[in-house]
Amino acid sequence: MTYHANEKGYYGEFGGAFIPEMLYPNTEELRQNYIRIMEEPSFKEEFDQLLRDYVGRPTPLYFAERLSKKYKAKLYLKREDLCHTGAHKVNNTIGQILMAKKLGKNRIIAETGAGQHGVATATVCALMGIDCVVYMGEIDIARQAPNVARMKMLGAEVRPALSGSRTLKDATNEAIRDWINNPVDTHYIIGSVVGPHPYPDMVARFQSVISEEIKWQLKEKEGRENPDYVVACVGGGSNAAGAYYHYLDTPEVGIIAVEAAGKGIDTGESAATSALGKEGIIHGSKTLLMQTADGQITEPYSISAGLDYPGVGPMHAHLFRSGRGEFISITDDEAMIAGLEVSQLEGIIPAIETSHAFAILNHRKFKEDDIVVINLSGRGDKDLNTYIDYFKL
Amino acid sequence: MNRIQQSLQTQEKLLSIYFTAGYPQLNDTVSIIENLAASGVDMIEIGLPFSDPLADGPTIQQSSTTALNNGMHTALLFEQLKDIRKTVSIPLIVMGYFNPMLQYGVEAFCKKCNEIGIDGIIMPDLPLDVYQEEYEAIFKENGLINVFLITPQTSEERIRQIDNASDGFIYMVSSASVTGAKQGFGSEQETYFQRIAALNLKNPQIVGFGISNNQTFEQATAKAKGAIIGSAFIKHITTHGTDNLQSFVNKIRSKES
Repeated sequence: MTYHANEKGYYGEFGGAFIPEMLYPNTEELRQNYIRIMEEPSFKEEFDQLLRDYVGRPTPLYFAERLSKKYKAKLYLKREDLCHTGAHKVNNTIGQILMAKKLGKNRIIAETGAGQHGVATATVCALMGIDCVVYMGEIDIARQAPNVARMKMLGAEVRPALSGSRTLKDATNEAIRDWINNPVDTHYIIGSVVGPHPYPDMVARFQSVISEEIKWQLKEKEGRENPDYVVACVGGGSNAAGAYYHYLDTPEVGIIAVEAAGKGIDTGESAATSALGKEGIIHGSKTLLMQTADGQITEPYSISAGLDYPGVGPMHAHLFRSGRGEFISITDDEAMIAGLEVSQLEGIIPAIETSHAFAILNHRKFKEDDIVVINLSGRGDKDLNTYIDYFKL
Repeated sequence: MNRIQQSLQTQEKLLSIYFTAGYPQLNDTVSIIENLAASGVDMIEIGLPFSDPLADGPTIQQSSTTALNNGMHTALLFEQLKDIRKTVSIPLIVMGYFNPMLQYGVEAFCKKCNEIGIDGIIMPDLPLDVYQEEYEAIFKENGLINVFLITPQTSEERIRQIDNASDGFIYMVSSASVTGAKQGFGSEQETYFQRIAALNLKNPQIVGFGISNNQTFEQATAKAKGAIIGSAFIKHITTHGTDNLQSFVNKIRSKES
């Protein structure tokens, strides 16, 4: 039994490539080459070197003493918030920009919701001197002005997605349409473990550096590679995929996935896909997604733009369906309070996405000697305005 | 023999029209089909609207959004179409995205199409391998022809595969684009049309994407069996309403305007 993708990109019954024929040549080129390229010594060397010297890896595994005392468990924080650009997203964009170069592409497109993946993509494009177009919902452009400015400063063109609900889902649609229109010279850097095969597996592999580091770091600190639990927030699920990756097939490590309940699962304003979603097709992948009985994809809601996606990656759909993962959903209010608490107990202001992961400490009791690794996927600078409004700071 | 196959055997160049069901008004579906058939159209693609139409440009996206807001859904479309074969005899194809079909149930969907007298299905995001492994038998039991797309980037090997899997026509996407994006055909398309014609495929090809007037219709059908018009038709009914479809069809068929 494995929880990794098979050669056709299926995690159990989820995954695959449900794409129009127009996208077949692009994804097929990627599918045939991605593993071979990732295993080339020259690729590995350049990837590792950039992660070390440019991103700042390895990121620390930090024992959170005051938080541990309060919640009576040994809590370790994997500090992805210390990555260049402020979140784990850059691990993937570094990998994919190198992949794009190997495939001879000279133009990059990406989608972004809150702007974190857009910034991470614009950053690596600046680094490599490659043209970059980032699609972003018109509504998100208005509410994430600082990240829009960052992308522009980095030389990227930010194109508003004007269709549908004008948020992340629609930005993804627009990026896919751009790729259909530009099938030869363009590489699409998807920001999460979503989309058609091979994207979920490729992005998970690039993010797997997170759990690779946790293993040896925990060995140094605790004399063992395996924690009792790994906790991560899940929107599309890339930071979670990275944090779980090397533990997927190690059943003694508990996997906890934290989704955004928004204003509450039953309020109609939620993004808790495992609770509200049904099997279907979104952005080329068979997975769990929020939809009407008729199969129209619905709009999710969360205070956190990074969790505001109506599906989850197929890996996570499989973790949920098989029972391998424990899924917990956290409301806006619970997340905000947890974010404030972590700030004041540990001196770390987390991204609101990550605050959802911390909020489970009030729901889920651990044993006192349990070692729990929480993936601190991003820092809260980008969310300052939301925190200010919420707490009237 | 299926109506699509019959129609492909005629000597004519075929004109197929796509429209989005439920647009501009929820209950326009039947009258649009009847008017198109009366105007001499050879085949009709009835678009089942989807919230996230990845392969479509702004015109069809907009018509889909309006149709969904009007209240269109799968069961309602089937209800509207239940008596369509009393008045219309040309081939009818349902075109949409796979998720609504999946939620309705692929088998139930195909059975319903068969009951109504639908002849074919176009689901751009239902891939060839999944179709063959999981659904081909169901389509065939219900007398439905599944139509696959090819594009200028599709390799010859894959075109041959698709040709083998098809038993009606191949939907030949004219250029690397979403629907409604390009105006007019250049030498690139001409070369592509010739290249495909030279493959001598067993299935005839019908060209779609980028056809909006007599000139592009003539160019597309110089080598291929027919052409499909979608976005230009949606624009026409948006501007001129659904009453006078004959004038639209006449403009496509002949150079006189």
